[in-house]
Amino acid sequence: MQAKMSTPALQARDYKSGVKPIWCPGCGHFAVLAAITRSLAYLELPREEVALISGIGCSSRLPAYVDSYGFHGLHGRALPLATGLKVARPDLNVLVTGGDGDGFSIGGNHFLHACRRNIDLTYVVMDNRVYGMTKGQASPTTAPDWAASKMTPHGTGVRRFQPAAIALAAGATFIARGYSGDPKGMTRILAEAIRHPGFSFVHVLSPCVTFRPDQRSWKTEVHPFPADAGNDPVEAARRIHADDGMGLGIIHAESLPVWPARQETETTLAAIEKEFLV
Amino acid sequence: MNLEMPTMETGSISLAITGSGGSGAVTAGLILLEAAAKSGLYGLMMRSAGPQIRGGESLSLLRLAGSPVACMDDHFDLLLGLDWHNAGRFAQEIPLHASSLILSDPAIGAIPDTFTAGGAVVRGLTFKDRAARVDGGRLNMVAVGTAGALCGLPQDMLALAADEILKAKGPGVVEAATACVAQGYALATEHDVPATKPTHSTLARWNISGNEACGLGALRGGVRFVAAYPITPATDILEWLGPRLEQLGGLLVQAEDELASINMVIGASYGGVPALTATSGPGLSLMQEGLGLAVASEIPVVVIDVTRGGPSTGIPTKPEQSDLNVALYGMHGDAPHLVLAPLDVRDCAFTTQWAVRLAEHLQTAAIVLSDQSLGQTRAVTDPAKLPGIPLQRVTEPSPASDYRRYALTADGVSPMTLPGTKGGMYTADGLEHDAFGIPSSLAADHHQQLDKRRRKIEAFDFGSDWAELRGDGKLCLICWGSSSGATFEAGERLLADGIAIRVIALRLLAPLRSDALAQALAGVEKVWVVEQNHSGQLYHYLRSYGVLPEDAHSLAKPGPIPLRPGEIIEAVKHG
Repeated sequence: MQAKMSTPALQARDYKSGVKPIWCPGCGHFAVLAAITRSLAYLELPREEVALISGIGCSSRLPAYVDSYGFHGLHGRALPLATGLKVARPDLNVLVTGGDGDGFSIGGNHFLHACRRNIDLTYVVMDNRVYGMTKGQASPTTAPDWAASKMTPHGTGVRRFQPAAIALAAGATFIARGYSGDPKGMTRILAEAIRHPGFSFVHVLSPCVTFRPDQRSWKTEVHPFPADAGNDPVEAARRIHADDGMGLGIIHAESLPVWPARQETETTLAAIEKEFLV
Repeated sequence: MNLEMPTMETGSISLAITGSGGSGAVTAGLILLEAAAKSGLYGLMMRSAGPQIRGGESLSLLRLAGSPVACMDDHFDLLLGLDWHNAGRFAQEIPLHASSLILSDPAIGAIPDTFTAGGAVVRGLTFKDRAARVDGGRLNMVAVGTAGALCGLPQDMLALAADEILKAKGPGVVEAATACVAQGYALATEHDVPATKPTHSTLARWNISGNEACGLGALRGGVRFVAAYPITPATDILEWLGPRLEQLGGLLVQAEDELASINMVIGASYGGVPALTATSGPGLSLMQEGLGLAVASEIPVVVIDVTRGGPSTGIPTKPEQSDLNVALYGMHGDAPHLVLAPLDVRDCAFTTQWAVRLAEHLQTAAIVLSDQSLGQTRAVTDPAKLPGIPLQRVTEPSPASDYRRYALTADGVSPMTLPGTKGGMYTADGLEHDAFGIPSSLAADHHQQLDKRRRKIEAFDFGSDWAELRGDGKLCLICWGSSSGATFEAGERLLADGIAIRVIALRLLAPLRSDALAQALAGVEKVWVVEQNHSGQLYHYLRSYGVLPEDAHSLAKPGPIPLRPGEIIEAVKHG
């Protein structure tokens, strides 16, 4: 993706819309919002050429807080909406934001197909392993024995969804993990993800202080991967499966043709209409 | 043979061709239709098949006439048997009368009793033997020659049509086909067939299917993005549009499901590119949440529903008009939108184009209710008309500093900024919002935005295309979409019998132009609402508006057999 010059250079704060977030004090998403605006400023992307697309959930409220074009659409359907926009308007920088329920549960099928299409989108999932907006139910990334929800009093008993492993298996060409407690690292990852030509998936550990106070311990559990990964999916798979899911950094970055490839054929509507003439 | 065939001057000729996998009933039908077109005639061709993916029994139904026809006739004059295996399953689709003619070669087997029970005249012809005289000859092409002669189609037009339809298969196939057509033609003339003289039209005409016409209407309307998931009987629209969109600089995306399709379409349209999806009942059900988002966020989208028998998976290959309710009422919340229905094959182009332009201008969702009987029927017809008023999306290229995406304008249409426009940034939302697009749960904002979304549609001047009106009198037939062809013909025949009747065919179903409809019904004492579904969906919809007179009847008949004029006439005369 080409960074475009705009003068005078915008600061991160210039990308904030001024709409007050609905998030709880201490929510990890504030740091993700800040990292997004910082990476947009760093890349000097004109605000009107950025579109943030989201679904439903706490983190999906993010587009309204950024001074760019945005669409707060349906639960689970942010990726298809963004796909349509990017195909129709390849000139735009399209980012997709959302949470673990939106992306991996109701939107799980679209996640698989967005990864394998390799369309030039940046998908940021703020994973707090809980449904916050509906007041604390288990999500696909919640541990099977988490029993704090009335809806699943004994825990879900279902193994956790593995976002990075599934993204890799589905063909994502850029996979990274950030942590809201590491704003600098997250900004760097986001800038790389936006620059990456093709589909980039950024998995962000973003704690929910209200329904998952236990996630305060994440700050001692996260650890950086020793170095950024190369372009070998086998190496990426080894890295993902050898890790406890708390490793931070770029896990995989591979250069493959970006979809859709434009075909060079041309005709006119009048010529098409002629095919029906008797 | 001494035959009483109808002629084009007095009406139309209807013929059915039965076959099975590989016997070429569909190819024979396509060649006869194209030959009729080249001979200056009009016509229709429907096709039917068993449930097999490949092979199995197949059927072509044709009606050829000197003037445009929009439905199949009550009976078939000619039944051509290329193969009788399982053909009995088609009995209900091929009503015959006592003077119908069945042509078949005894060498291919016995004609099922169901076809001969009504007293139809049977003639055995040596199709197989004639085909054997030609190197690479095929029975179906001999039958084309004979049937063509019976219908009064010139032999050179049959040869031209065979060349056009078969040329992709190579010159050897075309040469053999032409020789077989000559054999078949000779077979007919040897049997002393009365020569019919077709009326030649010199006007420009189209040979087009309803699904192709929907695709063309979409392109004419400016659609350059389509996202869709394959589904019978809508897939032909997508297969036609795919390569042509690319040629015009657009794109068709095959989505992972219908949830993705509708959301991709919303995304593309938000970006400023007119966008459309096509589906059938099951897909339309899946798209309802997306349609509501388009209504709430005021993003223009068009969905073509090529309806099939329902509910659930239903009857995928057969027609029904049973999706009106879901098109009108499927969305949750108060969600004003557009519902339109093409009245015949040709009108698929006009109605789809009009739907695109209306959706674009009114920034809302439009559902176009075609169905299998329009979509997969091929017609030789006059070219489709074009909508009168050029409608466009109202955009805001240079927004003021206090720009409001959902401004409360007098006509309810708020100028829309497209991404890339400086100073016009906003976040579209399915959440209720204020004039700026900021989420709001305040009563005032909700009421103002509800009013605005209703006003822009209700107050719009749709002109005269909301319906086609014909005839006069105290009796009236009201129909919509694909039931219009049979209803118009019933009206014409009743008039010929001295019964004055008016026909109102509704093209715009939502918003219902109830005032205009009441005006069109002025003086009417008795009404029949004609539609192809089980519960009388249009009848109850019109009842809810209070526009029908007391003496109003539902003439609702479910699929899969197409409505025929005769049954409508019966209802009027004896109902």
